[in-house]
Amino acid sequence: MSADVDPASLSPAEPERKVGLVLSPAWRRRFATLGWGFVSIGLFAGIWELLWALGYANPLLLPPPHLFLSDIPGTLQYFDRSNRIGSVASGGGVLALLLTMGSTTLRVVIGLTLGFICGVAVGATIHYIKPARNLLLPTILLLAPISPVAWLPVAIFVFGIGDVPAVFLVFITVFFAIVLSTGAQIESVPKNYIHVARIMGATRRQTFWRVILPSILPSLFMTLRLNLFAAWMVVLIAETVGVGTGLGQITSMARSTFNARLVFFTMGIIGVLGFLSDWGLRQVQRKMLWWVAPNQGASR
Amino acid sequence: MSSRPAISIRSVSKRWTPEGRAPVQALSNLTFDVAPGEFIVLLGPSGCGKSTLLYMIAGLEDVSGGAIFCDGEPVTEPSAERGLIFQEASLFPWLTIADNVAFGLAIQHEQPVRRREIAIEMLKRVGLGDMLDKKPDELSGGMRQRAACARALAMRPKVLMMDEPFAALDVQTRSRMQDFLLQIWRDSGACVLLVTHSIDEAISLADRVVVFTARPGQVKTIVPIDLPRPRQSRDPRYHAYRDMFTELLADEVERAFAEQEAG
Ligand SMILES: Nc1ncnc2c1ncn2[C@@H]1O[C@H](COP(=O)(O)OP(=O)(O)OP(=O)(O)O)[C@@H](O)[C@H]1O
Ligand SMILES: [Mg+2]
Repeated sequence: MSADVDPASLSPAEPERKVGLVLSPAWRRRFATLGWGFVSIGLFAGIWELLWALGYANPLLLPPPHLFLSDIPGTLQYFDRSNRIGSVASGGGVLALLLTMGSTTLRVVIGLTLGFICGVAVGATIHYIKPARNLLLPTILLLAPISPVAWLPVAIFVFGIGDVPAVFLVFITVFFAIVLSTGAQIESVPKNYIHVARIMGATRRQTFWRVILPSILPSLFMTLRLNLFAAWMVVLIAETVGVGTGLGQITSMARSTFNARLVFFTMGIIGVLGFLSDWGLRQVQRKMLWWVAPNQGASR
Repeated sequence: MSSRPAISIRSVSKRWTPEGRAPVQALSNLTFDVAPGEFIVLLGPSGCGKSTLLYMIAGLEDVSGGAIFCDGEPVTEPSAERGLIFQEASLFPWLTIADNVAFGLAIQHEQPVRRREIAIEMLKRVGLGDMLDKKPDELSGGMRQRAACARALAMRPKVLMMDEPFAALDVQTRSRMQDFLLQIWRDSGACVLLVTHSIDEAISLADRVVVFTARPGQVKTIVPIDLPRPRQSRDPRYHAYRDMFTELLADEVERAFAEQEAG
């Protein structure tokens, strides 16, 4: 990267040469990140291809990338446009793929949003209202360690088959973490912040909305981000069981029909979506929580 | 000048009763008055309850005995008339400097336009007129303390309390900040109560210095500083004051240490 950059062009003696010739440091960093991304993924794919070429990887079980990416139109046939269980694949195409991706993503987003908002609300209630704490906290502490996957049967008993159980599972994944973290974070708001608010004559309500909430949001958002991947895991599990469309359903169908190409294709899509959603959350954090650096936040 | 003191502290004592630990008698039987517009420095060994006293005057903590009056009214709750500035600036990182300064005004439902005007005026007064839309962590420690000062001044306080406001600053910044503080004090007409560990800071700033005993804190003596401002540290009288405070503090610090080692 440095080979094409003449160090002299960066010296303050010749500022005019710098303009237009050299990318700004931010862009260079971005390109470097991108470059290393390609190298890393390329290496991974290369080793896989090599194993296949040497005959170690059975193309029926572990088809290398060029195989499962070669017949995309064929693969897309398996994606279905209707959100109905047991409907025969209608030979979907790109639109069906996007629809499938969209419905899975939507379940994650709705579940996370509801879980976050309800978690903060319940967490704050428990922290501030003593009877609520006495009544709710023991139950919450009992339920919190239960794996979201264990909630799946309950979700289906209660909500039946459809979108709701999947959303519910995502909700559960973040809800308890946010409830418990909210209490702990309120506890650790610097005392001086509260003192300032009291001196300025803030009511309890004003103190909560203007001081407590902004000072705990960054850490709560960090908790949300840490639970994002777990949310992606449970949504897929929920989709294999009780939903008519979605990436989890495709994976399960691919497994039962022994379609390795479809399995890996879907896995690739899931990986990309997971990465993009983390990136999306980081952008939200940058825009809405601008006072903390993107990777910081848990410390406050 | 009216004869009624701005603050009067009457037989105040404070006993901390932390959960699960032995109670601590922080202050006992403290009595003194602060005249309107007076500059008082509180000087004493560590742990003698200086911060505790400021918190009680601010109304953030209750007294355990005695009473504190502000303009003749007993202090029962915090009020923006009694501003308090902490050792580490307590600016909110999610607000710009101007919004931090306007925070108290926003709480009191002042119009946004008016809020901004006042914030700009206050920030100009503390020399931060071009820092309006910066974030607090883009400012240096001294600038942050000045911004915290502007936030308190925006409420037009009658009493400005400062708990070791310059302790974390380097020597040069510190002396600049002292000059700045004297100017603010003169302009605003508020009375100032400032806690410090530094004898020099006490001599260069105070009208009167209240010297505390070691814990439980009591008033050991109150020393008026009869030097014209600006005060020169070369002045022989300045040296006399310094020797006097050094001596006054020495036995108290010794006692404080002896007690800390014992328990
Ligand atoms: N919130 C609290 N709970 C219990 N004890 C406290 C509390 N705050 C202060 N104390 C105790 O009260 C005593 C006086 O504390 P304070 O902070 O007022 O001293 P200080 O004079 O300001 O000391 P320093 O100069 O070190 O800041 C100390 O022994 C301290 O341990
Ligand atoms: Mg103190």
